[in-house]
Amino acid sequence: MIASTGRLVGRRLSEIRHIFRQSPIVGSSNAPRRFSTALNYHIDSPDNNPDMPWEFSEANKERAKEILSHYPSNYKQSAVIPLLDLAQQQHGGWLPVSAMNAVAKVIEVAPIRVYEVATFYSMFNRTNVGKYHLLVCGTTPCMIRGSRGIEEALLKHLGVKRNEVTKDGMFSVGEMECMGCCVNAPMITVADYSKGSEGYTYNYYEDVTPERVVDIVEMLKRGETPPVGTQNKLRIRGGPEGGNTTLLGEPKPPQCRDLDAC
Amino acid sequence: MGFFVLRALQRSRTPLSRLLSPQNPTFQSRWITSTTDLHKPEASAAAASEAPRPEIPPPRTPVGGARVHISSPEDAIEVFVDGYPVKIPKGMTVLQACEVAGVDIPRFCYHSRLSIAGNCRMCLVEVEKSPKPVASCAMPALPGMKIKTNTPVAKKAREGVMEFLLMNHPLDCPICDQGGECDLQDQSMAFGSDRGRFTEMKRSVVDKNLGPLVKTVMTRCIQCTRCVRFATEVAGVQDLGMLGRGSGEEIGTYVEKLMTSELSGNVIDICPVGALTSKPFAFKARNWEMKGTETIDVTDAVGSNIRVDSRGPEVMRVVPRLNEDINEEWISDKTRFFYDGLKRQRLNDPMIRGPDGRFKSVSWRDALAVVAEVMHQVKPEEIVGIAGQLSDAESMIALKDFLNKMGSNNVLCEGNGIHPHADLRSNFLLNTNIGGLERADVFLLVGSQPRIEAPMVNARIRKTVRATHAKVAYIGPPTDLNYDHQHLGEGPQTLLEIAEGRHPFCSTLLSAKNPAIIIGAGIFERNDRDAIFAAVETIAKHSKAIRPDWNGFNVLLLNAAQAAALDLGLIPESKNCIGSAKFLYLMGADDVNLEGVSNDAFVLYQGHHGDRSVYRANIIFPSSAFTEKEGTYENTEGCAQQTVPAVPTVGDARDDWKIVRALSEVAGSCLPYDSLAAIRARIRAVAPNLLSTDEREPATVSADVKPEFQYNMSMSGFKSAVENFYMTDSISRASKIMAQCSASLLKK
Repeated sequence: MIASTGRLVGRRLSEIRHIFRQSPIVGSSNAPRRFSTALNYHIDSPDNNPDMPWEFSEANKERAKEILSHYPSNYKQSAVIPLLDLAQQQHGGWLPVSAMNAVAKVIEVAPIRVYEVATFYSMFNRTNVGKYHLLVCGTTPCMIRGSRGIEEALLKHLGVKRNEVTKDGMFSVGEMECMGCCVNAPMITVADYSKGSEGYTYNYYEDVTPERVVDIVEMLKRGETPPVGTQNKLRIRGGPEGGNTTLLGEPKPPQCRDLDAC
Repeated sequence: MGFFVLRALQRSRTPLSRLLSPQNPTFQSRWITSTTDLHKPEASAAAASEAPRPEIPPPRTPVGGARVHISSPEDAIEVFVDGYPVKIPKGMTVLQACEVAGVDIPRFCYHSRLSIAGNCRMCLVEVEKSPKPVASCAMPALPGMKIKTNTPVAKKAREGVMEFLLMNHPLDCPICDQGGECDLQDQSMAFGSDRGRFTEMKRSVVDKNLGPLVKTVMTRCIQCTRCVRFATEVAGVQDLGMLGRGSGEEIGTYVEKLMTSELSGNVIDICPVGALTSKPFAFKARNWEMKGTETIDVTDAVGSNIRVDSRGPEVMRVVPRLNEDINEEWISDKTRFFYDGLKRQRLNDPMIRGPDGRFKSVSWRDALAVVAEVMHQVKPEEIVGIAGQLSDAESMIALKDFLNKMGSNNVLCEGNGIHPHADLRSNFLLNTNIGGLERADVFLLVGSQPRIEAPMVNARIRKTVRATHAKVAYIGPPTDLNYDHQHLGEGPQTLLEIAEGRHPFCSTLLSAKNPAIIIGAGIFERNDRDAIFAAVETIAKHSKAIRPDWNGFNVLLLNAAQAAALDLGLIPESKNCIGSAKFLYLMGADDVNLEGVSNDAFVLYQGHHGDRSVYRANIIFPSSAFTEKEGTYENTEGCAQQTVPAVPTVGDARDDWKIVRALSEVAGSCLPYDSLAAIRARIRAVAPNLLSTDEREPATVSADVKPEFQYNMSMSGFKSAVENFYMTDSISRASKIMAQCSASLLKK
């Protein structure tokens, strides 16, 4: 009797497992587990190899110097993240291995110490991205509010897969973890590398819908700048739709003794 | 089927009802039970105090010979480990306190010779009044701390950590080379649960190519980062790093890169799992099948302590032994991987070169008779003996005694130059001694490249440079030392400038408290060696490097035989004895220049490998290698150590000293010793320090007693003493692994 019960339980468990395994994960290939970043090792390619010369531009050299001045001279390595960011902006949104080597030279550490940092942070792209890198928030509040649909709409409209660049090199779509706009979920971020490190912007578009993100993409394509922040016309920033419903008057002063009366 | 089961149950006389009842533990499925009430420190303390146990348990012996050195009584603090009080110096971690108290804490990332990472969490212990379990490797012990290593909280914590570690670890122990000596295997047996709850897919990681020595199976890695810290801190090659984050984290080099360190093999030992294993040893043997023989290494003059693991007649691998004074617990790649040379190119039988130029095997009797006859035909002063760089003291004294008996006084050891000085031991020893180098604050390397000449000495210097920011200056050809150093110049010119006080480095040297000057043994081969030594002695005098409490005048030797040869007085009478030799006795000497040997000279090569000198030899005596004989070697700091035979010798080979002894009898001037004990009694008369094994015999007479006179110094720059680190002797030249290393790691 026990044996048959055990078998039943086992079968039921494997069924449950099977259901979980089959659960569709939107926007991903059939990989059983997804990781936040791409490969953790470098593969030489014509546009990304250690022999490729790479240097900070003259303007950025000044900026790098300014960044280094924030840190004590014996802790130059502290500047690794801002310098990698600068290098990424200069190089159109991604870091070839030679750019990381250049950063390592500036902060006087072994290249591997820079690779470690660059692979750790998902906002450093180690493969080519579009001029407009669209990042869809995939964290729980945004996901509940439909971020998967938004990503699907973007990918369908642009005709690419995740982390793939459109043929014209304009757009790429990636996923990002919580960017702190949960009150206006779902949201996307557009990292604009089209104007180099000088005109680099990193804008939030909140309260988006699958239709609205397509509009935003079309506007960017036309060279316009969509209004940043919430895309819901009825809301003002993080405020509720249709105006405030509470806290309408002046807030009451804190309850304390009347100092003037003393 | 059911019938048989029933029969079996009846036979075992157990009532079926009892067996099937849920109370019976054998039939209950075992789940990981959680005793939540015991997981709070107060509760567990209460539970522990309820149990009747003695006030203070009997003292336990410290783990792994852990030593405590308390410099002053006010630096000592008292902590309690499992109720047992221990006195430890301030600044020790909780884990070290537990070791002193005799409690072995499981750990993966902690390694006593590396920096503390604290990322494996296996060493969690309970500390009273601490709300959570504490990672003992990273927690400093505080006075009065009550550490509990055996409570339910600590056990549960370890079990949990182990379950997480095993989450992504493939359970491929049967095909893993680490199996049987794996920390993860052992500790999961001791501290882990018998099942895990992980039902997802395990991750897999792409294997890395770290070169011909280290095999990687990165899926097995548990991210302890020991290898990263070893490469960065000890080996000094910042190639390895931790890439990625979260469950995608992996160890790697990011760009395709080989690990070009002469110490890279040590990552095999420090890797607690099977992620980094020995490539040449892959799938060769299991560790329990092998016999370990504790012996010493002869590839360089350091005499690293090693264990030769053998199976039957074959040396399977070489691993380091702990010796704090010499090699700590590291060995160089050459020491670790040159063993396959012991199986190749071996000389099996005595051989005589026939008139057609080919070697023909003969019996020992005939071979000895031929040599004895030739020896009597030449003039005594035309007999020259050269001991090779792998010769032990016993065979060298036998060779010297034999040739002296034959009337010749031309016995030398290769590497010591044509006119070595053996009168003052302080002139050829590393007087500071290897461990003592850690106290130095300024190093001056004169024509010495310790990284390729003696990697273990280099590791010490690097350790000192990292720990105390000692300054290193180097005179010699441009080289890559793996620490910050100042390259002062390439030759004696710079040395003279320092000696005369004209060089800017002099101020650093003069202000140094413990300056260490290291002269490379490559200078022995120069004709102006006396002048260079005189210049260095002047520098040592100016910088007060030789004091009663500190001797900073060092010579870094190259070969295992050099120090013992000089102690035994293997010094040739005439300077061009090789050119005028008519009978040349080469006892394993392969690196001696034989171009000057006249064509009618009779060359006897006695050795274990068919190497360079065999091409010139007229007769070959096969002898046994260092893994096959008992021999005494003196390392560069003057410490005598003995090898122990690990495997039987090949073919008809004999120990070197036995061959010399046999030949002496055939030649009619019999040596008066027949056993190792007798030959050692003879050594006692010549150099008694060679018999005080594992003890460093410091040089007592300083260089001051040397007579002063004028030398001429040539201005040609110092040369590298070692061209190819991986191939320095006959064994490593025969090794396939070393050939692979030279091909892949030395290419520019």
